[in-house]
Amino acid sequence: MGLTAIEKIISNKVGHRVHGGDIVTVPVDRVMIHDIFIPFVADKFREMGFSKIWDPDRAVLIYDHLVPASQQDDVRHFHAGDAFAQEYGMAHVHRSDGICHQLMTEAGYVKPGDICFGTDSHTTTYGCVGAFSSGVGYTEMAAILGTGTMWVKVPQTIRVEIDGKLPDGVTAKDMILTLIGDLGADGATYCALEFAGGTVRDLSVAGRMTMANMAVEAGAKCAIFSPDEKTAAYCALDALTAEQAGIFGDVDADYVRFAGGPRPVMDGGAGRAGRLRRLDVKATAGMVGGEGGALRYRGEDFVPVMACPSQVDLIRPVSELAGLPIDQVFIGSCTNGRLEDLQAAAQVLRGGKVAPFVKLIVTPASVGIYRQAIADGTLGILSEAGAIITNPGCGLCCGRTGGILSDGERVVATNNRNFLGRMGTPKVEIYLASPVTAAKCALEGRI
Amino acid sequence: MGKVFKFGNDLDTDQILASQYLLLPTVEEMSAHTFESLDPGFPGKVKPGDFVVGGENFGCGSSREQAPAVLKALGVKAVVAKSFARIFFRNAINIGLPAIVCKGLPDAVATGDEMTLDLEAGVAGVFGDEGEERYPCTKLPPYMQNILDHGGLIAFLDDGAA
Repeated sequence: MGLTAIEKIISNKVGHRVHGGDIVTVPVDRVMIHDIFIPFVADKFREMGFSKIWDPDRAVLIYDHLVPASQQDDVRHFHAGDAFAQEYGMAHVHRSDGICHQLMTEAGYVKPGDICFGTDSHTTTYGCVGAFSSGVGYTEMAAILGTGTMWVKVPQTIRVEIDGKLPDGVTAKDMILTLIGDLGADGATYCALEFAGGTVRDLSVAGRMTMANMAVEAGAKCAIFSPDEKTAAYCALDALTAEQAGIFGDVDADYVRFAGGPRPVMDGGAGRAGRLRRLDVKATAGMVGGEGGALRYRGEDFVPVMACPSQVDLIRPVSELAGLPIDQVFIGSCTNGRLEDLQAAAQVLRGGKVAPFVKLIVTPASVGIYRQAIADGTLGILSEAGAIITNPGCGLCCGRTGGILSDGERVVATNNRNFLGRMGTPKVEIYLASPVTAAKCALEGRI
Repeated sequence: MGKVFKFGNDLDTDQILASQYLLLPTVEEMSAHTFESLDPGFPGKVKPGDFVVGGENFGCGSSREQAPAVLKALGVKAVVAKSFARIFFRNAINIGLPAIVCKGLPDAVATGDEMTLDLEAGVAGVFGDEGEERYPCTKLPPYMQNILDHGGLIAFLDDGAA
């Protein structure tokens, strides 16, 4: 029997073949700690009695959720982080460079085949370059810092194959939202989501990042895209090693099987009962959901969609929601704050004006993106159109700064979560969409 | 025996503890805001030994370990749900809060019911009109049970058990 991409990465690291369900202790290549949790990681690290970080060069500390501080208490986290970094010799500290997940890949901390853990749940993002990466709590992070290892249950893999050309105006965001709607918010719990097919190969690393980022919204432990020449270029590698080039799912690997293929997006919102049913891998002989154990989609079938309040798996086509008036639009986050996202929004907004009474907030994901978007004129176009351009960081996505909403307001946002109360009061309606859709909404003043 | 506090499917960690309280200095202070958006009186009503019961995908969303930590700080004996989101599940076990998968019990109880939980036997019970109804619970993998038996990851590592 073959191996899935994630099984290959873990097998390479532990030196023997592993399969979904095995519990193994893995060496860790890189860890990421963000500002919200650093005081707690530091406390637990000391409580555990460790005297040094196993390899300070492999640990990265990033301030993003709280930058710049909006409340006095936030500053405590920077002080705690700075003190910890100094005491234990951590050189990789980013204090105002952008969002953690953007920086981890952009700054070259993550390479294909690596095993990474981060204190933020969207650490699944690094699957975009063919790494196994997942979120952990602060106690586990402290244990990794001390030991350089972590125990994992090798995830079973759900393979998603997408082939064909996406219609105009349809993006990676629409694909991942559609998949989350089909699987449900817990449809991939404890599993790896392995993406393959021509449409996926055609995606930029930025587009893959969007999809890997949101894998956790279907409950996934990690996402994985096979490294290719685009990955190598993005990671500034001359070429992939044989081991890195071998990170792909084998056709005869043991994938999770489903009792039916993807249903049309028009059924979205049918609730738990309308979703794909997972079958017990061991108990099922035949595959119904597609040959070779994959969930298959045709690129041509995707349409622009939104996740409706307040469930990330309540997916509906934008056409069904058209006309709803909105108060604000947010374009940014580790999901969709990259240069190509800002460029896509600028293309829609070029020469136009944001509708009266609508606030368009644009938050580049990193300082690097911010500068590129200045240099190529993207920010100029957005500003001309009436956008409020903020500092790079998490911004509104985590509901701490820059555009908090109040009762009865409706926002179209490009980030990854629309949970109750995430961007203000529990009576705020959050619709998640692609940057293209969000920009169109900003122009119109309605969905 | 403890009282049941029942919640629904896909309960995310923002509902257990909203992000604005994550920056409070101690878990004890945070715990006063547990379930604030769903049941503001919860911290005052829950007693040590009570149970939180959920549906599918309990604890989805962010990685915040404060979510299981505030429940433990309030004395919640265990969270019993049909299924758990991955990070919540690991975090709970790592801090020594039993997160127990039980498919049958959640639909059979309401807030205010009395229930029992026998971790060793893997049985949850609730008292109805016809006496105690018992539901099987999924047992933890041995590695996780070992962490839980130690009272969490810190004691587990201290013990050299890893």
